Amino acid sequence: MSEGSEKRSAWSKVRLHVVTGKGGTGKSTVAAALALSLASEGKSVLLCEVEGRQGIARMFDVDPLPYQEREIARGLRGEGENGAGVVHALHIDPESALMEYLAMYYKLGRAGRALDRFGVIEFATTIAPGARDVLLTGKVFEAVERNSRNKGATRYDAVVLDAPPTGRISQFLNVSDELAGLAKMGPIKHQSDTMMTLFRSPRTAVHLVTVLEEMPVQETADGIAELRSNRLPVGAVVVNMVRPRDLQAEDLAAARAGTLDAARVQGDLKQAGVDTDDDLVRGLLTEAHDHAERRALEDSQRTIVGGLGVPVLELARLAGGVDLGGLYELAADIREQGLR
Amino acid sequence: MNIPRSPRTRLRVGPLATSAGGRTAPELDVDALLDDRRTGIIVCCGSGGVGKTTVSAALGLRAAERGRKVVVLTIDPARRLAQSMGIEALDNTPRPVAQVDQDAGGTLDAMMLDMKRTFDEVVESQATPEKAQQILENPFYIALSSSFAGTQEYMAMEKLGQIHADAQRDGTYDLIVVDTPPSRSALDFLDAPERLSSFLDGRFIRLMLAPARGPAKLMTAGLSLITNALSKILGAQVLRDLQTFVAALDTVFGGFRQRAQKTYALLQADKTAFLVVAAPEPDALREAAYFVERLNEDRMPLGGLIVNRASPVPEGTLSADEAMAAAERLRKLDPESLTAGLLRLHADQSRMVEREALLRTRFAAAHPQVATAVVPALAGDVHDLVGLRRVGELLAGA
Repeated sequence: MSEGSEKRSAWSKVRLHVVTGKGGTGKSTVAAALALSLASEGKSVLLCEVEGRQGIARMFDVDPLPYQEREIARGLRGEGENGAGVVHALHIDPESALMEYLAMYYKLGRAGRALDRFGVIEFATTIAPGARDVLLTGKVFEAVERNSRNKGATRYDAVVLDAPPTGRISQFLNVSDELAGLAKMGPIKHQSDTMMTLFRSPRTAVHLVTVLEEMPVQETADGIAELRSNRLPVGAVVVNMVRPRDLQAEDLAAARAGTLDAARVQGDLKQAGVDTDDDLVRGLLTEAHDHAERRALEDSQRTIVGGLGVPVLELARLAGGVDLGGLYELAADIREQGLR
Repeated sequence: MNIPRSPRTRLRVGPLATSAGGRTAPELDVDALLDDRRTGIIVCCGSGGVGKTTVSAALGLRAAERGRKVVVLTIDPARRLAQSMGIEALDNTPRPVAQVDQDAGGTLDAMMLDMKRTFDEVVESQATPEKAQQILENPFYIALSSSFAGTQEYMAMEKLGQIHADAQRDGTYDLIVVDTPPSRSALDFLDAPERLSSFLDGRFIRLMLAPARGPAKLMTAGLSLITNALSKILGAQVLRDLQTFVAALDTVFGGFRQRAQKTYALLQADKTAFLVVAAPEPDALREAAYFVERLNEDRMPLGGLIVNRASPVPEGTLSADEAMAAAERLRKLDPESLTAGLLRLHADQSRMVEREALLRTRFAAAHPQVATAVVPALAGDVHDLVGLRRVGELLAGA
């Protein structure tokens, strides 16, 4: 059994993929690409965002998302056994989640409207400690464990959550802890316990996105330790924006040491029909030197990532930026590396 | 750890240095800002992951070595950077940074901010010891002091207010550099005074206070309807905790509100300069645009934009497409050709630079008044004073 297929069997049961990462590492991009990759397997996927950014709408070039599941894309055709699956997207905001929750679970009627009028909804979603997170995770839970209360709703094979950053992820998912000081019993306690059962089960995987730089890697290591100590299931580390590897190892070493042969490069350039001057050659060697420096740092960080005891995926840096085409490219990369 | 200096003598940056058509932003003169004795406070804001902490520390170090008496308030520095500045301990007090060049008569202190400690101190200063104790132990306070939207941002400003007042009194510092928390809502502190007020004056708080203040018979049918609904959802104990908390907090919030308004005024003063830090990425620049607009709305003095970690512009005039075509020709002759690899790297670099230049031009078109400094990315990570000094030079365009 290849390494890839082992990963596949470990993750094929996962219904909830939580994607986190330090700011600037591209976690939203990875979440979107993962959703597309799962859809390319023929799965029906829901991609959720919870930070009010409307990043999904921008990435997929659609109108800002409402609090409503919208079809936004299809997986790559002709690759899944059952044809390409559909990706739906949902923008979860705490106010709507709370109103929906109250309507679904409590027949409050007049009192429900009074809660809104008296500013209770606003209070609960902006100030009441932990309530925001619980409302957001609660809606995600509902999407994964759809039951008869939500009539006519689509059922999904997988839910991908573009989650808060690594520094906050354990707290975010640790719903019962957030509420522990507040609700020791009663209906909220019961519901948060049910949510924790899903989040701690093998049906959930928390993936951490990083780039090969010191701080994000350190944060990833800390994040994994924290997830583990909270018994939350760690999925993969996705190393994003990996620099191109166009130089052979020995050339890389020479570039770093500043011993690349300028005359040879000049000769090659002439042969390739490029108008050369000393500036161009010097420029190329300088770029190679800086690149080699960065690559050396990347390699040392890669060793650290490799030692985290978690499957690792690598995604290339797209020089032209990430557009919809880029997302499909990354999705194909993710599939090839076996995160399904 | 040394930051390897590039063999090139001077790093050049995009269209700001080499105007390539389109609109270009006015240049931000960082040294003029640091040297101007009227600049008393610099607030760095921006979204997460753009290198705000490094920029704040580098600005502080450069100002100190140019003769200012500086304190840097930082939020969450990389461990090694914190160690090298001697601030890995969280004691909420500024500490002198070793190995700063003091020849120009300047000094540098640094502090890592402990949000919760700062909040606790505010409560302690506003309430009697018993009342303070009651608040500090309430589960709602414990959660609030770490999760109220904007609390973290606001506490950074609260600490700024304290240090500013101390410095005015003792003459300890003449420049305070503040790093803001890496949150999406990094400007939430601007809303904090207003939010506190509307929180206290809100109907819900009055509702919570009603049973404590007046006889039960004053409770209208509407109120009991709500209270019943709440205890059904929350449970009676939670409701009681909440009522205790609100009642306790109500007594200290008057002073709280006053402080918030004072800090807000301090931020609006001429001696303050906000610097918006961004990476040359669409998301970070979109956030930067939001910050710029928000600061204008609140009439906060904007110093300028710092585009951090920009891709260095390659030398020569070889375009990405030409480089790729030449690389393909060489690769056909020798699949492992070194020069083909170099050309592909050059193409990749040129494309990044082109994209970043376009993003900056767009930003400048929408915000032509914002002075901008572009800081090229270093090849290595920054985690010591040597690295900070280098970033400082790049910030100043030196």
